[in-house]
Amino acid sequence: MRKPASIFATSTGAVLLLGSAFLTPVVAAEATLAETGKAVAEDRTKGNCFACHDYPGAVLPGNVGPKLMNMKARFPDKAKLRAQIYDATKNNPNTIMPPFGKHRILTDKELDAVVEWVLTL
Amino acid sequence: MKKLLTAISVALFVGVTATPAIAGPAEDANAFREYFKKRFPDIPFDDYINGVYAVNAGAREQWMAIEEFPPYQIAIDEGKKLFGTPFKNGQTYGSCFSNNGVGVADEYPMFDSKRGEVVTLELAINECRVKNGEEPLPWSKGKIASILAYMAFTTRGKKIDIKVPDDKALAAYEDGKRFYYARRGQLNMSCAHCHVDNAGNNLRANTLSPALGHASHWPVYRSSWGDMGTLHRRFQGCNEQVRAKAFKPQGKEYRDLEYFLTYMSNGLTWNGPGARE
Ligand code: HEC
Repeated sequence: MRKPASIFATSTGAVLLLGSAFLTPVVAAEATLAETGKAVAEDRTKGNCFACHDYPGAVLPGNVGPKLMNMKARFPDKAKLRAQIYDATKNNPNTIMPPFGKHRILTDKELDAVVEWVLTL
Repeated sequence: MKKLLTAISVALFVGVTATPAIAGPAEDANAFREYFKKRFPDIPFDDYINGVYAVNAGAREQWMAIEEFPPYQIAIDEGKKLFGTPFKNGQTYGSCFSNNGVGVADEYPMFDSKRGEVVTLELAINECRVKNGEEPLPWSKGKIASILAYMAFTTRGKKIDIKVPDDKALAAYEDGKRFYYARRGQLNMSCAHCHVDNAGNNLRANTLSPALGHASHWPVYRSSWGDMGTLHRRFQGCNEQVRAKAFKPQGKEYRDLEYFLTYMSNGLTWNGPGARE
């Protein structure tokens, strides 16, 4: 219950960009979406996030990228977070971070789920 | 004009890493050394030949214990035997090399100006076989790795001193350099992303070794391979790791890459064969 409320409170940008057609049906299933996101994130053939990022609960994480924490505060705009995961080279042309969306490492659905999970960190 | 464009495209690939945009190989190698000196002020230059063990003290201890009974010793012994066994025509490998092939692995990779291409030690070994009526050996492991191990062992202690003798050699060097800094594969990473920008950092539980010294110690016994392998076998693994297509061992791409990478290690000491996790 708490999660959907705070997402609306902090991500007006996302609402504007993604539109209510996307957000409205998803809200009810938010908790499971974040869980799906965690599974995708920790699948070595998919997100494999902990190869580079530490986060609470990560097992044998790498330290190539910054620690994932306070993510809601760092990304009040959900669309910006999604864009970062979709193609991090847009923001930093020399980044080592793979363009998960642009290179189809994750599907759109998987990417949405990972975004929800990251916002729980 | 073409040269200028090449310089610019290299500059783009290089991004924020150490190598200056418009410079010759000597300046590149110097910038490379300076970059790592700044990144790891406590690591003596000569220690870079020890790869990841120069930057990871915990792993180094295990490795030193392994080096007491080196897993590549069998390959050196087998290589020595193979090297000394005459071909069916009575000739030996030694006949194809200076000083009968002893202590001369440091002459490779070399740019052969007459042929206009990079000649690696593997290439020289197989060309020696073919010239003497024998079949070439498979490129990446097995007998050729044993012969390389023996030749590297007799070359230990010499300094790496790769030369870029002319414009064609420079073009091969630049191709190798471009390969090194180019993003590749679905994961979109260059060699430099891991071994320059993130040297010393951990990728999951693997510490990334610095590119400086990467060419000094081949062939290598890798525990995860369970046998000896060549530098090009390692290149293939690192390409596949980012979900890129691996190139053929001893094709032009990897020979140019080896030429660039070995040049970057000029001034370090040859210490092959090696042992790695
Ligand atoms: C995703 C990160 C990554 C990328 C990109 C990458 N490597 Fe590696 N490489 C590794 C890891 C991990 C190892 C094993 C640990 C170590 O020695 O760094 C390794 C090992 C090596 C080694 C053996 C080091 C030794 O001491 O024996 C060489 C040589 C090497 N890589 C070259 C390359 C080249 C050339 C490229 C580009 C084609 C490349 N790597 C791209 C991660 C990477």
